[in-house]
Amino acid sequence: MIVAERKPIQEILSMISGLRKILILGCKGCVTVCSAGSEREVMILATIIRMGRKKKDEPIELVERTLVRQCDPEFIDQLSDSIGQFDAVLSMACGVGVNFLADRYPKTIALPAVNTKFYGVAEEQGVWSERCAGCGDCILNLTGGLCPVARCSKGLFNGPCGGSVNGKCEINPDINCVWQLIYDRLKGLNQLDKLDEILPVKDWGVSSHGGPRKIVREDLKI
Amino acid sequence: MGQQMTQPETRVIKGVNKIMEFQPKIEAMICTYCTYTAADMAGSQRLQYPPTVRIVKYPCTGRVSILHILKAFEAGADAVFVGGCEIGSCHFVEGNLRATERVAYAKKLLAETGLGGDRLEMFYIGASDPHKFVEAVTQMTERVKRMGPNPLK
Repeated sequence: MIVAERKPIQEILSMISGLRKILILGCKGCVTVCSAGSEREVMILATIIRMGRKKKDEPIELVERTLVRQCDPEFIDQLSDSIGQFDAVLSMACGVGVNFLADRYPKTIALPAVNTKFYGVAEEQGVWSERCAGCGDCILNLTGGLCPVARCSKGLFNGPCGGSVNGKCEINPDINCVWQLIYDRLKGLNQLDKLDEILPVKDWGVSSHGGPRKIVREDLKI
Repeated sequence: MGQQMTQPETRVIKGVNKIMEFQPKIEAMICTYCTYTAADMAGSQRLQYPPTVRIVKYPCTGRVSILHILKAFEAGADAVFVGGCEIGSCHFVEGNLRATERVAYAKKLLAETGLGGDRLEMFYIGASDPHKFVEAVTQMTERVKRMGPNPLK
């Protein structure tokens, strides 16, 4: 899932300074799973904003709503009737949702309430960590299913750097060295020979270095 | 030289001063198994504590949500305290531990909003410990009197 984290309250308050009527828009997709922008987080943020503004003696009118997703037209278009009445929409979805709001409603101010962090997993309740960098050309078949693009601090492709110590990364000792993990895993799978293959220079053109990406499936188009 | 006040006048002034004195409103979100029983016992033992507390009984402090806490402050509570079982004796094993984490998170939110995290506190009060309940109410009352009323009022 896409993992996000709510922005600091003061940053949000300064973002909406002077605005009087705002729609706080949650998303029932990834940000609900990672507890950043669910219906419940919308209620919490709305309460905090109301309190913050009342304290400054600048009351604000807030409407709380949560869409199934903010990244599909059938859901984002549900706002078309009511969006004109708001000074701005404060989206608790990932950056995709904010962008899509801005795309679909050119006359509405679209603001982000969360920082979109990474594609990751819930390691345990309340702990998320990165697993995929969306590089556009997956090589997990060569690395035992563990990604050196997302999980090696230096993004190395052919084994660890000299800073791997006792299975930990030199950038941060809390991070496991993914090349150590790859080695251990391939050894367990009896596939160490895979590491004999030298990975060629990666084509970053299919990653974000090649500009915004797009997929078209003619068979699915209506 | 000012005119000396009569005795009834002095009494009226004292009464007005007493009314004007800030009496905090504190919401206590407490567990039915422990802190509520302690509060009940404080009553039967005629223990004295400030008349500042409004009790909301929970089946377990594990049910206390961050939203409940925030809504209490939004509605004008000067302080909130959560009273759970002593560590290790929660009837639902870890409800009080969850409440502890949520109180810590809500404290941060209150601090960020500018209300002050100290308006919220977690206490662990066993069923047989009415004095601890009295102490919690007294401590929160004194603390809030120092901090002043909820700025949202």
